[in-house]
Amino acid sequence: MEGLLFLTFATIAVLCALNLVLQTHPISSALSLIGVLGSIAVLYLLLGGEFIAAVQLIVYAGAIMVLFVFVIMLLNTGAEKQPTRKIVVTWISLPLLFTFIALAAMLIAQQVPKTEVVTFGGFSGGTTLSVGRSLFTQYLLPFEVTSILILIAILGAVVLARKEI
Amino acid sequence: MNFFIVSLIKTGLVAFALLTTLAYLQWIERKVLAHIQLRPGPYRVGPHGLLQPLADVIKLVTKEGILPPQAHTFFYLLAPILAVSVALTAIVVIPFGPEVTVFGVTTNMGLADLNIGILFILAISSLGVYGVALGGWASNSKYPLLGGLRSSAQMISYELPLALALAAPLLIMNTLNFREITVLQGGYWLGFIPKWNIFAGPFPQIFSFIIFLIASFAETNRVPFDLPEAESELVGGFHTEYSSMGFASFFMAEYANILTVCCVGTVLFLGGWQPLWPAAYGSDFAPVVILFGSAAILFFHGANALKSRLWDRFSFPVFGVVFLILGALFLVPVLKPVVVPLFWFLSKSLFLVFVFIWIRGTLPRFRYDQLMRFAWTFLFPVAVVNLLVTSFLVAITSN
Repeated sequence: MEGLLFLTFATIAVLCALNLVLQTHPISSALSLIGVLGSIAVLYLLLGGEFIAAVQLIVYAGAIMVLFVFVIMLLNTGAEKQPTRKIVVTWISLPLLFTFIALAAMLIAQQVPKTEVVTFGGFSGGTTLSVGRSLFTQYLLPFEVTSILILIAILGAVVLARKEI
Repeated sequence: MNFFIVSLIKTGLVAFALLTTLAYLQWIERKVLAHIQLRPGPYRVGPHGLLQPLADVIKLVTKEGILPPQAHTFFYLLAPILAVSVALTAIVVIPFGPEVTVFGVTTNMGLADLNIGILFILAISSLGVYGVALGGWASNSKYPLLGGLRSSAQMISYELPLALALAAPLLIMNTLNFREITVLQGGYWLGFIPKWNIFAGPFPQIFSFIIFLIASFAETNRVPFDLPEAESELVGGFHTEYSSMGFASFFMAEYANILTVCCVGTVLFLGGWQPLWPAAYGSDFAPVVILFGSAAILFFHGANALKSRLWDRFSFPVFGVVFLILGALFLVPVLKPVVVPLFWFLSKSLFLVFVFIWIRGTLPRFRYDQLMRFAWTFLFPVAVVNLLVTSFLVAITSN
């Protein structure tokens, strides 16, 4: 059951990601990205990370992507114009891309040490309680540093926007 | 296997009840608004307009669905589907009553018992904005676009005070599960004040409740925050170009959202299915008294009907008999553990729905800059202070 669900939503995620790149209209791309985020939330849920799954939906799909769609609607951008490419470029780029991805995957696999295989339901640290506890004890410093970083980014955005007015 | 069958039956029951309620909410809204404005409201279709929802459904289904030539077809068709499916999904985590045993089967009164229930509601309802925004954009016309833009800006702004207001009672409850939240609100202070969150120690959540109500008016695009569909300036707002089933879907989504918000408010602040006063003082008999009393009033008015309204001589006693039967259901020992909690849950939720309609009949619409200023300079700071005070008091008293 879990395997089937994983395969379904992994496929949806990959298809949506491909669609995101291939679509020419920004709204289609934005919606595909929501599809990717939603299916990844389901994958988190399958792994037992229920809190992360819900937060993924609330923060990314429910807030950040709404802003994306909002901006696209506000600017009313049309479909992207595809540049015309030479035939040689079209035919060489695809094999080169696959070679690059394969090389990158091989390098990452060599660098990252082998860990235990994660099984469905074998992970129990995904509850709200355990996420909160590790966030405020073990990872308190990175958490606070990240919040300060985001605060600086917000202030920077405000300052930049002020100059425009 | 048993689980699947029970779930299937429950889903069927809830879906049927939900869709019927949604259809009748519109009748209730029109009636209440009419009585606020001293009009009879829908009156012609069936006794007291009771068949009006059916007539409206037939009208909406048989109307021609117009596809505007300038619209982005795919998104134009996707938007109402998205809106209504998201709105209807949210109801699955609401517990309507405690765990009950019916015909030897023990089950929860509610569809799904998630331990991230409140987060699930927030996640699902935050997706609701796409239906409105996409519908406005895909129509490719001025007014819908303005409505869609207003709606997304408004929903993003009011989601913050809403989430902060929801966080405060969760700090006291220490759980995200709706069922556990309701169970924890059982019992009474001094033997008669219910331990609901609006009366809870260490800090009564009455402020959270008010912030939650205000923010949910904006989240569901209701008066006084119904700028996305302000008919005096935007024709119909985001659904101007929609007709037939597309319009009906947006309409249904709006009512489903109201219902969900009222159910969440009931569970989080008003103690879910917990009665208003202890069963020792006869709270189980409240529905019986109310229904039998209504039946008596109906019989009286049926017998003394005006000469000009002879139809009332027939319709009032029929409704009286229906109310008598409903009241008698609350006396059957087998059904009692099911219907009494359901009565309390529904009466609280429907009271909140009534408040929504009441406000619509009372308050004028805000201007758009007032709406935004209110959210960011008043509601948000108040929600933050409320959350800080609550968490401070919880931290002091918990040790």
